[in-house]
Amino acid sequence: MRVSYRWLMDYVDIPWPVEELADRLTMAGLTVEVLEPLAPRELDGIVVGQVRQLEPHPNADQLLVCRVDVGRGVHTIVTGARNLQVGDRVPVALPGTTLPGGRRIEAAAFRGVPSEGMLCSEAELGVGDDADGIWVLPPDATLGRSVLDALGLDDIVLHLEVYPNRPDCLSVIGVAREVAALAGSRVRLPQLHVEELSERVEAATTVEVADPDLCPRYTARVLRHVAVGPSPAWLMQRLRVAGMRSINNVVDITNFVMWEWGQPLHAFDYDRLAGGRIVVRRARAGERLVTLDGVERVLETDMLVIADAERAVGVAGVMGGESSEVTAATRRVLLESANFHPVSVRRTARRLGLRTEASHRFEKGLDPNAAAAASLRAAQLMQALAGAQVLAGLVDVYPRPVAPHTVTCRPQRVRRLLGTDVADGEIARYLEALEFQVERQGERLLVTVPTFRQDVQQEADLVEEVARLHGYDRLPEALPGASHQVGGQRPPLPLLDRVRDVLVAHGLLECMTYSFQSAATADRLRWPADDPRRQAIALRNPLSEEYAVMRTSLLGGLLETAARNRSRGARGIHLFEIGTVYHPKALPVTELPHERRKVGILMMGPLPQEQWGARVGEAGFYHLKGAVERLLSALGLTGTFSAGADPSLHPGRQAVVTVGGQAAGVLGEVHPLVAAAYDLGEARVQFAELDVAVLAAAAREDIRYRPLPRYPAVERDMALLVPKDLAADRVTECIRRAAGPLLEELVLFDVYEGPQVAAGHRSLAYALTLRAPDRTLTDGEANAVVDRIETALAQELGVRLRR
Amino acid sequence: MQERIAQVREQAIAAVRAARSPEELDQVRVRYIGKKGELTQLLRGMGQVPPEERPAIGRLVNAARDAVEAELTARRQELAAAALEARLAAETLDVTLPGWGPVLGRRHPLTQVLDEIKRVFTGLGFEVVEGPEIETDWYNFEALNIPRDHPARDMQDTFFITDDIVLRTQTSPVQIRVMEAQEPPVRIIAPGKVFRVDADVTHSPMFHQVEGLYVDEHVTLAELKGTLTLMARELFGRRPVRFRPSYFPFTEPSAEMDIQCIICDGAGCRLCKHEGWLEILGSGMVHPQVLRNVGYDPEKWSGFAFGMGVERIAMLKYGIDDIRLFFENDIRFLRQF
Repeated sequence: MRVSYRWLMDYVDIPWPVEELADRLTMAGLTVEVLEPLAPRELDGIVVGQVRQLEPHPNADQLLVCRVDVGRGVHTIVTGARNLQVGDRVPVALPGTTLPGGRRIEAAAFRGVPSEGMLCSEAELGVGDDADGIWVLPPDATLGRSVLDALGLDDIVLHLEVYPNRPDCLSVIGVAREVAALAGSRVRLPQLHVEELSERVEAATTVEVADPDLCPRYTARVLRHVAVGPSPAWLMQRLRVAGMRSINNVVDITNFVMWEWGQPLHAFDYDRLAGGRIVVRRARAGERLVTLDGVERVLETDMLVIADAERAVGVAGVMGGESSEVTAATRRVLLESANFHPVSVRRTARRLGLRTEASHRFEKGLDPNAAAAASLRAAQLMQALAGAQVLAGLVDVYPRPVAPHTVTCRPQRVRRLLGTDVADGEIARYLEALEFQVERQGERLLVTVPTFRQDVQQEADLVEEVARLHGYDRLPEALPGASHQVGGQRPPLPLLDRVRDVLVAHGLLECMTYSFQSAATADRLRWPADDPRRQAIALRNPLSEEYAVMRTSLLGGLLETAARNRSRGARGIHLFEIGTVYHPKALPVTELPHERRKVGILMMGPLPQEQWGARVGEAGFYHLKGAVERLLSALGLTGTFSAGADPSLHPGRQAVVTVGGQAAGVLGEVHPLVAAAYDLGEARVQFAELDVAVLAAAAREDIRYRPLPRYPAVERDMALLVPKDLAADRVTECIRRAAGPLLEELVLFDVYEGPQVAAGHRSLAYALTLRAPDRTLTDGEANAVVDRIETALAQELGVRLRR
Repeated sequence: MQERIAQVREQAIAAVRAARSPEELDQVRVRYIGKKGELTQLLRGMGQVPPEERPAIGRLVNAARDAVEAELTARRQELAAAALEARLAAETLDVTLPGWGPVLGRRHPLTQVLDEIKRVFTGLGFEVVEGPEIETDWYNFEALNIPRDHPARDMQDTFFITDDIVLRTQTSPVQIRVMEAQEPPVRIIAPGKVFRVDADVTHSPMFHQVEGLYVDEHVTLAELKGTLTLMARELFGRRPVRFRPSYFPFTEPSAEMDIQCIICDGAGCRLCKHEGWLEILGSGMVHPQVLRNVGYDPEKWSGFAFGMGVERIAMLKYGIDDIRLFFENDIRFLRQF
């Protein structure tokens, strides 16, 4: 909402300079976002002149030679503009003045004709966008005065942020009321008076409200002998403050009154209304209307329209129709000042994609009682500025008048909620300053709220009014007392912190990628048609195709991140993300989906290690597996790994990891076709995705101490010749089973394939630690264990020792 | 004989002192006091010495032997010390070369800011809880006193899945879920992702909020001020804050908290749009209708709630000027935190 300092002063005395006013309004909840001069200061040097004579330039077709009277003399000025007529008042920059932007005007000659200054456009003066013609000033602009003064442009505009609960402040009078409450003064409303004809308005028109549920009040007034023409300087200046363009005096008056009172008005050309009457009704099926912006609108049956005897002539509360628009030819005006249902206006404006100053106000809920005053104010101005004759009376369809309502206020409660001891009398004074009536009833205050404050409905609203006027900055500060609980994080958050710690220690950077992604992700990740991950929730209004569906895996986002980093020159890319994936219970979606939290890991390129003089390896499957194992270990878990079959991953380099009997996720090298789809070229990319709920269910928080061994261990190494296709896990299991309880630790320390090993085989080398808890093992006992292992390996797996 | 002993003793000590390595030293030991060493031989030759002189000669030889052995030990230590010194000298490293080891990762800057916020509130006895990111219209709007067609819905441009199911636009629905599930007192904060149809340098379609809720008997606006001022101090140091009235449908009275601009210290600059203040969070006393919606009696219980944008806090704290950096995940960006 734009108001200006001077405009406010029409209705209230302001005891503060504009900066302080802005500060006080902000601290009272009416945030002033910007203070802006209404016009550049340089306009002080530009004077109002009048065109006395206009002649073609003797030597140039495109130029005109003007004689311009600036009050204290007549100057010859050459101009290229074509929009001037003799008698027009125009801004004149005489030699020696400076335009906004710093251009200095000097006397010059154009094709042999001397020019003593320049006539200016709006754009040249920094007051508008129009750069085509000279700015034609209102006819009452005083000759010779500075444009700044003559047009009342020496003013500051306050841009206010008005919250949706305060439509009363979408008016200058409403803001003036706030200023008055803060300054302890009263607003001065304009004196309303019109000279009415003896002829009554009822003789000229009727109003039928067919749908009173959507139109609580409709008033109409008829004016005749209306002289449509330009608006005077003061009115143009007010419109400039409001940021609106001048159309003609009649339309400008309706806009001015809307700004002044917050009540949108509409002026119809009475003679273009069929039957000269108004019907307020819902639109008929398929009904069409060309609105003032020239667009044909197809209306729906729940939209409220203003119609004449035959057809719709306006969308109620949103925009009028072209067919009944006030034009230069208009002689009689029907002036609408009405109140419409906020939800109806809001829905209609949304559906038509047409948000106007009127709908902006109506959809927040306006005071129906303002309608009559605004109508009278507009009639008064049309009488004064357009010579209108006003028919007597007002057609007013207002079946259920709204009266001020009463809210009970308990000062004790106010003090308890604010935590401060503001006295009863003070509370009453604050409320009275807002034009609320306060009546004491024992311990309580009975507060009558004027109808322009529809937002104040209950005691809590009064508490805010008191706090606002008292000043939030004057309220004390306190801390809550001791808590009923120890602060902490609800599961699984502590577990996620541990996961972060482990992965960060592993050299991985935490990422956050968007929860929505392209629907094409499913194809890029090679998910088959029946893959449940294809069942993605689609957004009805996505930002773009790239963000159209909710993700069902972290892989796509991490691959995009890797690709982006690679394209920017990164080589080692080691990332993790903890984020939600979304699986619908059914498609189409009818209930809230399953949200599953995942830990995603992506590793590619040189490992996150610094060691000069040594080659740093590239991330491979076993590095990924190592990260996963350490993560599990930090949660007290041991995973079981078996070959996986995820189509996004390399068929021979992937595993499913199981913890506590539940599949916890997959890990593996990204399929080369998937990597290629993300422009990762030949790079080998490792990816793992683990389910947080499964990890959390299995995670072990409790730590049990095992006594330290008291007897020495016996160490033995075994190198085994193992068929290549036999999984190492089976060998390990066999060793453990055969060794029995004396085997304390089993470490695989080497895997070798090569010329020294029989074809189709590989060598697995294990270090065994054997120990008895109650005695020192003898060599014989140790040998017996090793023999048992050898026998078991040979019999069960056909594996022999490597000699 | 005595002269011979003295002579060998002198020779042996001289030889020990001249030895240049443990090996040479060993040769010297063998030559003089080994089984066939010269001093040992002298003892063997005792037969030619008159019996009455034998004890004295024996003492002389043993004394000479002890002396040589003492010299040997001393020389051995000397050599060892010299050898160690030489080795240490040879092993000198260039300590200015870079160290070796794993390169640690980093928590995302937003996680780090969240960690800070959590620390403050868990210290005040708040519990950190979460709620779903996809919500019903009821939890995201209606229960928060924002009915359908309420103009306040314009304050948050919503991603829709169906008419009734949306990506949550705020973390406030967690307030409702928590209050539905438990009786007061309540002290929670609820961090999480939220979504709005908006994308530019300062708006991301996905961002993070932290919701806070405190409900008990006699909770006051003064406690709201005190708690949030403390938080601002923990996050930004001793920098003035101010509270001003605002509007949220689910709080009444409502307040916005500003901190003095971190760039210009209140003098006015581009960041604070020449106001000297930066808005950092919205808050207020829980609206009685919201309490009624979850079955709390507003006559008995009161509370305050607040919500803040984590990206906003992080941008101010770290001086980041483009919100998209948080979600681009450029590793050169992530490494800086």
